[in-house]
Amino acid sequence: MPDIAVVDYGMGNLRSVAKALAHVAPQASVAITADPKLIREAARVVLPGQSAMPDTMASLDASGLRDVVLQCLGDRPFLGVCLGLQMLFETSEEGPTACLGVLPGRVLRFREQDMALPTGERLKIPHMGWSPVHQQRAHPLWAGIEDGARFYFAHSYYPVPDDPGVTAGTAAYPVPFTCAIARANIFAVQFHPEKSQRSGLQLLANFVTWDGRA
Amino acid sequence: MGLAKRIIPCLDIADGRVVKGVNFVNLRDAGDPVEVARRYDAQGADEIAFLDIRASVETRGLLYDMIGAVADQVFIPLTVGGGVNSIDDIRALLNAGADKVSINTAGVRNPELFRQASNRFGAQCVVAAIDAKKSAVDEWQVYIHGGRTPTGIDAIQWARDVVAQGAGEILLTSMDRDGARSGFDLGLTRAVADAVDVPVIASGGVGTLNDLIEGITLGGADAVLAASIFHYGEFTIGQAKAAMKRAGIEVRD
Repeated sequence: MPDIAVVDYGMGNLRSVAKALAHVAPQASVAITADPKLIREAARVVLPGQSAMPDTMASLDASGLRDVVLQCLGDRPFLGVCLGLQMLFETSEEGPTACLGVLPGRVLRFREQDMALPTGERLKIPHMGWSPVHQQRAHPLWAGIEDGARFYFAHSYYPVPDDPGVTAGTAAYPVPFTCAIARANIFAVQFHPEKSQRSGLQLLANFVTWDGRA
Repeated sequence: MGLAKRIIPCLDIADGRVVKGVNFVNLRDAGDPVEVARRYDAQGADEIAFLDIRASVETRGLLYDMIGAVADQVFIPLTVGGGVNSIDDIRALLNAGADKVSINTAGVRNPELFRQASNRFGAQCVVAAIDAKKSAVDEWQVYIHGGRTPTGIDAIQWARDVVAQGAGEILLTSMDRDGARSGFDLGLTRAVADAVDVPVIASGGVGTLNDLIEGITLGGADAVLAASIFHYGEFTIGQAKAAMKRAGIEVRD
């Protein structure tokens, strides 16, 4: 049985996440898998994701992995990355598909009218590159990471949780938005820790030793 | 503090090795891709771009192996281009460890490729590479086949078109400036940056650190790509970032 299962529902780039996990936990077995049995046996689970929400939810259902993902969201250290964070909410502006609905809230697109800065500069969509992440509260996954450390983002949509208490980190583009959420055994990030050099690897290293308690 | 402007060193790849050359001739081996990529990562590069200059079917496997080897050890975004013709090519590169794939000639022949790629893999990993050459005052024409074939397409309009098709970023190379070391074509860069809502990477012509600064402050680019000033050890990425910071540009330390 794998120590860490990276859920493969047929979308996105899973190898980057798996490679980074293998790098920070050389002793651990990391499986990129679509096998519900292997996922159910794994001590911790990572849900990555890129692409567009309607295709992603369709792929998750087609893979038959929705139930096992929901089970793991309830009972073990769980890390969502990018779309793997957005999927946890109820709805997304990216399409009419319902998401997993584990967390109350919506996923919205950055607004063109918000992108103009007082300097005259205009921000682009997608939000692509390295932005500072402000830790909104202490969490084991922030251990050893400086508050305000930059992480790599590549996204046009962001989550708006109904309960502000689940927000563990924020970034600004230019309006502040939730970019990390934490609830019980779940931690999920909008940025890409697997592509965020030292700070990202530290977050993943924290995840592989996390006991799942906030 | 907000989003940092990015510095992207670009590595030319032939047969799975980094090469240096002038206008694709006199190619010299410039090292192991993993070592070169690690060096730029250690210097603070925000991304690394790879251009497969052979882009032949025979050497494609070597490219995938190389990307895989780099992605095992370098944990920043990797963009790969050169000879990307189909959804299958894109999937293979992403599976090898690329984070973004740049599409050039095939996208001109079949603009639907941008939409298909964007729907399948997400706009954030679809980069439209545009090679442009000045054709008149404030006019630039798109070239394909590594700059050998004029298309008659206006570069500014083409930039709008690829974004409408779903490209999430534009890698804009001035053919007039490429290798000339006289600075970016700032008119071209500014015109494209103003025309589209997605990030623009300026490429072609960097000879000094001031050129990088002007690409952002005057050209309006979100990221700057350079090869020779870094490859030959003239400047480090760290020196480039320090210069940009002194000029008031936000960079990742």
